[in-house]
Parts: sequence; structure tokens; C-alpha cells
Amino acid sequence: MTGIRISVPDTAETGEVIEIRVLIQHPMESGFRRDNRGGLIPRDILTRFECTYSGKAVFVADFHPAIAANPLLSFNTVAAESGTLNFRWIDQNGAVWEDSAEIIVT
Amino acid sequence: MIKRAVLLVAALALAGCDGGANDEEALDRSAAPSPLRSGLSFLTEDTQALQADAFANPGHLWVDRGRNLFASAKDSSPACSLCHGDDGAQLVGASASYPAWDESSGELLNLEGRINACRQRHQSQPPLDYESEDLLALSAFVGHLSQGTEISVEVAAETQNAYDLGEDYFFTRRGQFNLSCAQCHNDNWGQQLRGDTISQGHGSGFPAYRLEWQTLGSLHRRFQDCDQGVRAEPMEMGSDIYIALEHYLAARASGLEVETPSVRR
Amino acid sequence: MRTDERQALSISRRSLITGVAGLGTLALIRSPAAAAPEDVIAAQRALFGDREIQTGRVMVTMPPIAENGFSVPFEVEVDSPMTEDDHVVQIAVFSPRNPLPDMARFHLGPRAGRARVATRIRMSGTQAITAVAEMSDGSLWSGSAETVVTLAACIIL
Repeated sequence: MTGIRISVPDTAETGEVIEIRVLIQHPMESGFRRDNRGGLIPRDILTRFECTYSGKAVFVADFHPAIAANPLLSFNTVAAESGTLNFRWIDQNGAVWEDSAEIIVT
Repeated sequence: MIKRAVLLVAALALAGCDGGANDEEALDRSAAPSPLRSGLSFLTEDTQALQADAFANPGHLWVDRGRNLFASAKDSSPACSLCHGDDGAQLVGASASYPAWDESSGELLNLEGRINACRQRHQSQPPLDYESEDLLALSAFVGHLSQGTEISVEVAAETQNAYDLGEDYFFTRRGQFNLSCAQCHNDNWGQQLRGDTISQGHGSGFPAYRLEWQTLGSLHRRFQDCDQGVRAEPMEMGSDIYIALEHYLAARASGLEVETPSVRR
Repeated sequence: MRTDERQALSISRRSLITGVAGLGTLALIRSPAAAAPEDVIAAQRALFGDREIQTGRVMVTMPPIAENGFSVPFEVEVDSPMTEDDHVVQIAVFSPRNPLPDMARFHLGPRAGRARVATRIRMSGTQAITAVAEMSDGSLWSGSAETVVTLAACIIL
């Protein structure tokens, strides 16, 4: 049960630049930390985030270990038409987490 | 810089050893901080803003998870919401009076203990491990229901013993640094310790998202960090002594508002 | 920040590393292979080749002081009309002092409407973070901001 929070306005006017915020629960274990016995804690990070709007990519991020745990992203997109925004996070092993939101554009 | 930090601690430690006057001061148990100030007020603007941001405050990831757990029934046992209302409507404000005395077991229970007692008595479920994601989520959710409610914990006849134990723990010097909780959080709050401003040591925001942990954690995990900070052996999370300390601190913090889920450094 | 302050900070960091080498919880601070400014240049070359990076049009916003390097608010905004003909293609973010110089890359297009991204980053110590924006005409622009990262007293003691 991975927590995902999405903030997309329910409605917008055509051409309006809207802000999208996303938050996902993930340790973003950097691979540089050590446990109490001195052993290296293996890296476990999300490496990619993709946002599509009506199927078209509008924003993509590549993450390195420098992104804080439980990554927060805020970015913008133009409200082009009513439709679905899809959000995908992909980790270093290819595992995928997804969520989506609807927007009504008038 | 490290030398300066060590000197500071040495100074703090010496402050407690170098004469009767200071010893008396350290033992003056009526000297609770005044005015009461939440840990929030000692943080930078940016950290305060993160706590206040109901979307970006990462603690809400656990609140969300707790809300789902609260509403979901498992193995034909009733969901929490069956008794306590949808979204815990009947528990609004409840966590502000914890730890509280539990008549049926004759024990002092903190919120985590109450959740586990409920699971065993009414849901036929095993207790959740302290600091497990599920217990953190449930306590964050129930705690969040009281956000903005004033903490109101009084010492009752049944809890006097635990209160005294907690108070003793707070005022007892321990660890290699030979420091008590009170020497920092009563006597020196507001002072700088390296880059930190020493807080008054209230638990009003817990479970809290600590930047240092990079995750949400319980007040007892924070106690362990504090004990380790003075190089003392930490107690068990959920142990009677930590629950007693939590009781003492909750009574001491009465009047502050519940902030769960708070963000701390 | 004055140069002598910068030196004082870097010296204290070294003595810190020696002083606390036994503490596992400090891995973030004592990571032995910190990226150096040369590594940032190398990382930029790997991404953009030998193309000239001009200063300007990129604004990085971070707090002057961060009380914990594990989570520092970071925002980058690029001065661009974000039209079909003239927009930001990508923004790459670099650190001179983290174990790795590459921090993140954001791919944008005209559909973004505004070339702005905010997130929270890890900083292993006081440093200036640089963002380089690649425009649709192929030009490269950069901006940076410095944050002083303080260290928690109770962990160090």
C-alpha cells in the first residue's frame, strides 16, 4: 500500500496554466548510508516520474539519490482539454506505481 | 566546530555538577517552561511552511493510510469506523487526552496502546508492532483528528504513580553526558546548541515527520533518540517507563494544541 | 558568503568526518566520495558536450539556511515563453558536494506553459546548487543558489 497524493484542480479554463503537485511515499534510499553495523544500505530509489495528459507526455523527471525521501514534485501544464492526467513512478528495478486525476476544462 | 559542540555539552554537563545552586535549580520541578511553546516555533520558516502545507506535509501520507485502515474490516472483524464513525467522527479531540487510564485493564495507555487494545478486544486482531507502518498510520490518523485541540491531560489518582515515574525520568541525569531531559528542555530551551535551537521538549506534534528520520515516527522513537543523544541506553518503545514519561510530558504540555502530523527537524 | 567563512566550513566538515567516523547514522555527511566542482563540469559535459553554458535566464530558489540536509526545498524557474517555437526542453540540476554530481533532470515542453519545477533535495553540506536549462534553440543557460546546511547538535554529540 504505497501512499500517493495528487493535487490537480478539478476545473480550469482553456489555456490556463495550472499547477500540479504530486507526493509519493518512498524511502529514496541513497545507497550511501550505512546501518548500525557499518554495512552499506543498498540503494533503492525511484528513477523516473512521468505525467501524461490525454495520453501525451507533458512532464518527465529523472531522479538521482539527491531527491529527498517521499518525493514531492510541483510543475505546470496548460489546461488544453477535459481529460485524464496520468502519473507514473518507476523505480530502479522497473516497478511501477500509477495514479490519475480528471480535469474539466471549459 | 565539533570542538565547540563538545565544549557546549561539557558546559551543559558541568552546569549541573559544579555547585549546590545549580543542583537545586535542576531539581526545581515546578520550573516548567513558561510560556509554553510548541516545537514548531523553534523551526525555520521553511519547515514551518512544510508542516502547514496540508498537501505537501509528508506526514499526511501516513494519515491517508491510517484513514484507509480505519475504514477497512479484516477477517470478518469490524472496522474501526463501525464503532467510531466514518472517518473517526467520534474520535475528534480524543487523542488530546492521552495517555489515559484504561479501567478494564487497569493500565495507563497511550494512543498506540489504546489502538492495540481495541484491536485485541473488539477486532480479534493481534497487536501491531510499535513503530510498524500500520500502527504509525493509525496513530497519525487518530492524532490528526485532534489537530488544533488543546492537550488536556491531568494526573488522576490511578495515574499518579506513572506520572511520578515519568517526572523522575525527566529530571534524572543519565548517560555518558550525565544530562537530564530537564537540563536541556526546562533550563536551556531557546538556547543554541550548534545549529539547533533547544526546544521545550513537548510531544504535541507526534507522530511526527522528522527530517532527520526521513519518515514518520512515534514519540517513543524520539525519546530513544534523546536518550542516545546523551549517550544513555534507550528504553523499549512502548515500555511502561516511556509511557510514564509520555504521561508526564502530556500533562506538562497541557494547553498546547495537538499538531499531528507535525514536521520536525 | 565570504571566502574565509567557506574555508572555515570546509575545515569543520573535515574535522567532523574524523571526529565522528564511528557513527553509522552520519553516513550522509561522511560519504567519502563527494562530488567536486570538477565532477559537476564532467557531468555537464556528459550531458551537453562542449557547448557553451551561459549564465542567466535560470533562477534557482532555495532557503538561505536549511536545518536538515535530508530535505531542502528547491525551485527552479526558467525565463521562457514556453511556446511551440521557443521553449525549455530540459533542466538538469547539479551538486558540487553530494556523493553524485547529478541530482535530477526535468524534461519539459511547450505544454508545460511555464518552465518551473519545485521539489525537495538532499544536500550533504553547504553548497551552491546549479541548474542548467536547455532551450529548444539548443542554447544552454544556468543559474545557481547557495544554501547553508546546518547540522543537528544531538546527532553529532
